[in-house]
Amino acid sequence: MAPTAPSPLMEVEGVTVRFGGLAALSDVGLTIAPQSVTGLIGPNGAGKTTLFNVITGVVRPQRGTITFKGRPLRNHRPHQLARLGIARTFQGLNLFERMTVLDNVIVGADPLGRSRLPGMLTGLGSYQRDERELTDRAMAVLEEFGIADVAHAYPSTLPYGLQKRVALARALVAEPELLLMDEPASGLSGADMADLAATIRRCSQTMGVVLVEHHMDLVMDVCDHIVVLNFGQVICSGPPSVVQADPAVAEAYLGTPVQEAAGE
Amino acid sequence: MTSSLRRDDPPTDVVAPKAAPSTRPRPRIRPVLLTHLAAALLALLGVVALTFLVGPIEQLRIAKVGYLMLAIAGLQLLVGASGQISLGHGAFMFIGAYATALTVLHAPMVPLAAIMVLTVVVGCLAGIVVGAATARLHGPYLAGATLALAVGLPALALYFSDILGGSNGLLFKMRGAPPELAGLVTDNQWKAWVIWFTVLVALVVLATLSRGRLGRRLRAIRDDEAAAAMAGIPVGRTKVTAFVISAGCGSLAGACEAYLLGTATPSSFSLALSLSLLAALVLGGLGSLWGAFWGALALVYLELAGKELADLLGLSSSVADNVPLVFFGTLLIVIVMAWPMGIHGALSRLSGVVRRR
Repeated sequence: MAPTAPSPLMEVEGVTVRFGGLAALSDVGLTIAPQSVTGLIGPNGAGKTTLFNVITGVVRPQRGTITFKGRPLRNHRPHQLARLGIARTFQGLNLFERMTVLDNVIVGADPLGRSRLPGMLTGLGSYQRDERELTDRAMAVLEEFGIADVAHAYPSTLPYGLQKRVALARALVAEPELLLMDEPASGLSGADMADLAATIRRCSQTMGVVLVEHHMDLVMDVCDHIVVLNFGQVICSGPPSVVQADPAVAEAYLGTPVQEAAGE
Repeated sequence: MTSSLRRDDPPTDVVAPKAAPSTRPRPRIRPVLLTHLAAALLALLGVVALTFLVGPIEQLRIAKVGYLMLAIAGLQLLVGASGQISLGHGAFMFIGAYATALTVLHAPMVPLAAIMVLTVVVGCLAGIVVGAATARLHGPYLAGATLALAVGLPALALYFSDILGGSNGLLFKMRGAPPELAGLVTDNQWKAWVIWFTVLVALVVLATLSRGRLGRRLRAIRDDEAAAAMAGIPVGRTKVTAFVISAGCGSLAGACEAYLLGTATPSSFSLALSLSLLAALVLGGLGSLWGAFWGALALVYLELAGKELADLLGLSSSVADNVPLVFFGTLLIVIVMAWPMGIHGALSRLSGVVRRR
């Protein structure tokens, strides 16, 4: 892949969301560079998930714009994102429970299919080619993630760490340009966490990654850029070293002013 | 984005290649349409052979199993695959039957194949209207809306009694076996063949779409709408598509019934029919199109067994008329308690046990 153009992958500007009288997000802006990892952190209720929902078109902001690859996303709906090259993993995994692991991932590859409704109904046209190519593609990704041997198992029969990999494989199989990850590390063991960090870094070689995460070790480890939200506002943004040193961040997390004496 | 679709070997920067390298056989994909067509042809030959072995009444029952199977299979697509529910599928059979009757009465020269295609179109149009209206409804609300359809639509026949024939319905005559086959093939036999041919063509479509991209989309929506949407599946439109296909199947089943019986009466498309179709689907098994087959068999032959049981006990007609219903209901409860996935679920588990031996 060619080195990045200077233009950002996604730009969020001045996004404001109010639920009734409550401002869930006020005037939030952030810039996501291609081939980078952006961490989105903040205490519970800071508006991280709401921002995700705005980006994915689940929640409409009262104000603000979202630009993806220079094109404004206006009135977009969740199902249009996959074709634009935006994928998302869910905090609760949201796997298709009554479908096999392979089928879960093939659904993720659905945007690559070419058949149209008549072909899907009759088995003619691109039907057969879609089946072959999507299945091959899904199997290749399952092998990349080391879960090809459970391709025909149902997700609920697998350990949680493997289920997480299935969810990630489903999100990545269509090769998105922007991957939104909602708390990918929750519930993972130490070894799985190291795997996840490696996977995120590998993803960032080809796509932009946005990470909502509570595990600070992981965030500081993999992120190139961190945005800290509190009460719906961006209180700090910059590389990990800057964010770690910012007293406002510690205050937001700990709820008390930082001790002056600590620095001396 | 699609450039690497045909990439055969994984990229070199692979992390965590824990599984064995890809010596594993890729899942083989047979040409789905050809497989299904071959199976349908075999089934049709089986039905043709069967009609030579049984009497005229049994031939009617075979035909009835056929069109009920189609209606239940359409419902399977809706309930089993896409997770929606319809308590009103009898209404689409009503539409198909009356479309057939009206065409035969007012345009007697239209060939049977054209009538069948026409009823599918009419059924799908009705499905679009109802499906679009109910696309935003979930669970009990969708059930309620379709229930209203099942109750309301047959009443049209009474309201527009000068066109639709009131409670007596419409009577018409349809040609049976072609004259060249007179003496070789009875009318009942021929009609059973025609109905099974029609049903099997529709089932090939249903089986093919279920196996492919559309079926996967439907199952994804059934399991998790948010995740399906993020995978690029247009949730609302796909649900309406399922509803429309399902309605088309119901309508075609109704057309087959009208063709077989030569009548279309409102009483044969009562709410009880809609509910029996759903009950038969649950009894047969929600997970598979085979469930529709077992369900249709159960619907026809359990009713028969119930009637025979009532005769055997010498019950008065007021009691005897309800025995089949009680019989069916009891069996439904017992089977679903023993095998939640219905007859098909029980059979596939049984075959699994046998194969492991």
